[in-house]
Amino acid sequence: MFETLFIGLSLTSVLLLIALGLSITYGAMGVINMAHGELVMIGAYTAVLSGIYLGFNIFAAIPLAFLTAALLGLLIERVVIRRLYGRIIDTLLATWGVAIILQQLIRLEFGMTFFGIRIQGLGPGLQQMRVPSYLMQPYEFAGIMIQPYRTFIIVVTILLTLLTWFLMYRTSIGVQIRAIMRNPQMAAACGIDVRRVSAMTFAYGSGLAGIAGVLLAGFRTVMPEMGANVVVDGFLVVVVGGVGSLLGTVLSAGLLGQINGIVSVLYNDIIARAVVFAVVIGIILWRPNGLFSFRSR
Amino acid sequence: MTQNRRSFLKTSVAFGATSAIAPGLWTRAARADEKIDVGVLFSLTGGLSIVERSLADATLMAIAEINEAGGVLGKMINPIVEDGASDTRTFNERATKLVVSDRVPTVFGCYTSASRKAVLPVFERRNNMLFYPTYYEGFECSKNVVYTGAVPNQQLSNYIPWIINTLGKKKFFIVGSNYIYPREMAKVSKILIEQNGGEWVADEYLELGHSEWGAMVSRIRSSGCDVVLSNVVGDSVIAFYREFRNQGLTHDVLPICATVTSEIEIAAMGPEAAAGSYTSFPYFQAIDTEANNAFIERYRSFVNDPTAVTQHAMECSYFQVYLWKQAVEAAGEATPDAIREGIKGQTFDAPNGRVTIDPENLHCYLTPRIARWGADGQGEIIDEYPEPIRPLPYVAYGEAEDDLFCTGAGLDSSRL
Repeated sequence: MFETLFIGLSLTSVLLLIALGLSITYGAMGVINMAHGELVMIGAYTAVLSGIYLGFNIFAAIPLAFLTAALLGLLIERVVIRRLYGRIIDTLLATWGVAIILQQLIRLEFGMTFFGIRIQGLGPGLQQMRVPSYLMQPYEFAGIMIQPYRTFIIVVTILLTLLTWFLMYRTSIGVQIRAIMRNPQMAAACGIDVRRVSAMTFAYGSGLAGIAGVLLAGFRTVMPEMGANVVVDGFLVVVVGGVGSLLGTVLSAGLLGQINGIVSVLYNDIIARAVVFAVVIGIILWRPNGLFSFRSR
Repeated sequence: MTQNRRSFLKTSVAFGATSAIAPGLWTRAARADEKIDVGVLFSLTGGLSIVERSLADATLMAIAEINEAGGVLGKMINPIVEDGASDTRTFNERATKLVVSDRVPTVFGCYTSASRKAVLPVFERRNNMLFYPTYYEGFECSKNVVYTGAVPNQQLSNYIPWIINTLGKKKFFIVGSNYIYPREMAKVSKILIEQNGGEWVADEYLELGHSEWGAMVSRIRSSGCDVVLSNVVGDSVIAFYREFRNQGLTHDVLPICATVTSEIEIAAMGPEAAAGSYTSFPYFQAIDTEANNAFIERYRSFVNDPTAVTQHAMECSYFQVYLWKQAVEAAGEATPDAIREGIKGQTFDAPNGRVTIDPENLHCYLTPRIARWGADGQGEIIDEYPEPIRPLPYVAYGEAEDDLFCTGAGLDSSRL
């Protein structure tokens, strides 16, 4: 029983990790960021490359991946998204284009393959990030087997959620962000620099995606296409939870993660996936704005 | 797209050579005598390009070597490289182009069963030849395909008895990706497990590319099995082996015995996750013979990557070009019908040892081997058949060496 719940908890933490950044960018700015998965992928590659060239372990890679993904997010915001606020379908297409560009940059090793130069750690193949063995070796505690790596992911997810909550609800920039989420025009009229705050928010959400990438790299496969599946899961969580609601995101990740975990242990993973989608469809039929929604932008 | 410079150059050379003869139509007949066009059809872009590009490279390397040594019947082989783009419809279009407008007598290509099935009608309707280098699930008998990869009996008929008798493991947990190859492999495995006095406790499938293995590994742990037979394909292999280790399972107590996990996946998962597990293939990079070491060295310098790994399908892509050359020489001409007759019984000393094309079903005699993966990411060959064994594509349906379903006369479908 504990094991089943642990699997569900672990699935929850992965979902939440991915959805956290997405719920901020989608919620605060109404941008359907299809490149979110690719920012996760960039985080994973940052971990792989910093491991190869700088000797960084996973703990050092986390802040580095946050910075890399946040800077990249800032760049995407400045170059593409800034020009498309309020045009939700256009942002969807544009960020999808960005996603393809990012994938190809990794596959083509930033274009170096055209010159016959190979960069270890990039290219179309599969990469690996080394995980310290004390994070891989499970140990027994009170008759229960503890998996350190999954526990580590859960802990990091909790910390990031708390940090995000603190930023959003206990700081002045958080007040500004929430004001923009409610009504950007009114927020601007009150003297909030909407563009600057939006850019910072987008960068923060992207940085969270980068951290998710590092953690996923430890137990999944690192490859240029890895972001594509991830972004679907992220949107499921955000849509079910309600756009812009941190509590909703946490609860919907928990709901979907546990359903997935329990069904996959009892039956199998394919049925679990189908059940999750059925639940999602049911919820958005019942509450089109998600479980915890206070408005529509 | 994702073509690298090397294959880009090759493609342009091939393209240049083709277009060079186009302007002077009247010289075409004279020049065509000096070379034989062949098709090379793999995915150079898209998700499958990771593996398929290396198969294309191995094919082109064999062609380059043959040309350097004087070609076939005194003519140069001219590869026309096409990109299947990891898409079955594209495979069909490109194959049609090669067969109909380039009029090649043979295409070397295809990696997945899906792509082979997509191009098969082209070759059968136009009576052309496809040389297919991948291990596959069997259950096919075409006069227009030469299959040089392993079929299930060549990966399993030594493997299952060895697991039961030598490893002493009797309760199998069979797990695979959800498509035809793992399902057919499981079918053959179950027959062999029951014949050898073992039992299987589960037969489970996950979708291709699945990367969340928590629930499945926990089911394996509580199933009471003592060996896992894995037919898991592609990148989800990596997540599987890592999760296996993360849940505290070790290969010396509960080994994973795989049929598809090759050097490429082992390198990507980190060798420590696979150390102690087993794989059955006719070819491993670790085969320590002069022929294989020379092959690895030539391949690495050909692709300009000193750490490139070699694996089974790649080796087949390489030696099947040599078998084709011998077939053309034996027949004296390069037409599909002549090649089909000429290839029967051809023998070649490949990097993995002696290979022979079965005159009846056009599959390939191969030597089954079992390797144990070490901490360095290389396999150590711990068991091998004394000689190559006969390919039986219908073994799951009762085919035996002295009772073939697929013969030169075609498939005896009354037996299925």
